[in-house]
Amino acid sequence: MNIWEELSLVARKDLRIEVRSRVTVQQILPFGLVMLLVFAFALDPDRGILRRVAPGLLWVAVLLAALLAVSRAFSVETENGGNDGLRLSGLDPAAIFLGKAAAIALELAVLVVLLGTGCVLLFDVQVKSFGVLALASLAATVGVASVGTLYGVLAAGLRVRETLVPVLMLPVVAPVLLGATRAWEAAIDGTPSDAWPWIGLLSVFAVLYVGIGMLAFGPLLEEA
Amino acid sequence: MTLFAPAVSRVLGWATLASLVVLAMFGLWGAPPDRVQSDAQRLMYLHVPAAWIAYLAFGVTALGSALWLWPRTRAEVWDRLAAASAELGVLFTGLTLVLGSLWGRPVWGVWWAWDARLVTTAVLFFLYLGYLALRRVPGAPDARAKRCAIAALIAFVDVPIVHFSVTWWRTLHQQATIFDPELKAHIHGVMAFTLWWGVFAFTLLFIWLLGQRYRLEALEETRQDRELEQAIAERVRGRAAPLPQAPEAEEREPAPSGAGAPR
Repeated sequence: MNIWEELSLVARKDLRIEVRSRVTVQQILPFGLVMLLVFAFALDPDRGILRRVAPGLLWVAVLLAALLAVSRAFSVETENGGNDGLRLSGLDPAAIFLGKAAAIALELAVLVVLLGTGCVLLFDVQVKSFGVLALASLAATVGVASVGTLYGVLAAGLRVRETLVPVLMLPVVAPVLLGATRAWEAAIDGTPSDAWPWIGLLSVFAVLYVGIGMLAFGPLLEEA
Repeated sequence: MTLFAPAVSRVLGWATLASLVVLAMFGLWGAPPDRVQSDAQRLMYLHVPAAWIAYLAFGVTALGSALWLWPRTRAEVWDRLAAASAELGVLFTGLTLVLGSLWGRPVWGVWWAWDARLVTTAVLFFLYLGYLALRRVPGAPDARAKRCAIAALIAFVDVPIVHFSVTWWRTLHQQATIFDPELKAHIHGVMAFTLWWGVFAFTLLFIWLLGQRYRLEALEETRQDRELEQAIAERVRGRAAPLPQAPEAEEREPAPSGAGAPR
């Protein structure tokens, strides 16, 4: 098997678990959506504040949901010795990393689409440049999923993982929050030229952490 | 066991103390008050060196982590050095933020501004606070060293990205004065000297503290090993009460005893 086949094998495994257990559909996606409602309670929905800050709120919701997705992606491995299975499977650790990150990224992408629709319907947001929106979201979700997968496996064998992963991960993905929010604002304002530097930054971030993940996942999986 | 020989450490300690005293004298009396900021500017003699040490410390952590990860140079010393340096880095980053805030209140009129360098420093603080939290998780020394070294590099790689993103986002900070090529820094000679002396004194302080923290780390590890040995010895002699909870036992989740084990 080449690396692409191994990647898709791992990703399909994780997604199949999600389809069967429905944790993503029934818990993580609703969590993201209820955040939109909570934000409307916290901020005044009448004065157009929500419309202005919608991109930021959306990406905060995505990051918090990403913490849950990461935790979920590795709790399915810790249970029943899944980590041992992965280690013994003979798959390339880089491919395992890419597969797991791809599965998380796909879940986050679905969440972004859902929340984006929610912002349009609930917060009266009007998007002008969809291409920019899609590109920025793609780069951002890949970046967040890579960092999440890295920290997920790093903390997989530890008792304190649920509390440790957020404190490790959120500062690292802070630039993604900044970049994705600014790019979305530009897309909503219809000034795509403002978004390109941010999309560049998000892409550099994604490529960098995909690279680090491919290198570091193997050694970390040994300890998981 | 220690980073420096005891004699070197002692000399370093006294030299640090002496240079800090000199810094205090120049900072408080020797240097003239700033024309615009008056006495508030004197905080810069601590703020700038503290920020420099923070960056130096995180650089040392990254270097130590990289050297630990590199198979040819893998040695316990690098792991301990990275740990000691990260702790000092967090301390000095915190100090930088507090001193900057105290300075900002009279000069900018606010305790905190959402300025690029402030935000970068705050993110840096939390990045390495997370690293210290990870360090505190007990575990087998090698596994912990590997985990921490990789986490340190993940954080280190993030620093320039955070810096760029936040700089694009907003900029209001006083531009670099001394290194600005166009300005040709017309700082009063004594003020410039005091600033550089501050950097020197803080570097000495950092090196000395690094040696102390390193030694402490090594002593802690020795103590843990001894406690474990003692506990085992007592157990073997069959006279002791139940085994005290050794930190090593906390490392992993208990392995599920079977597929249907309750979790």
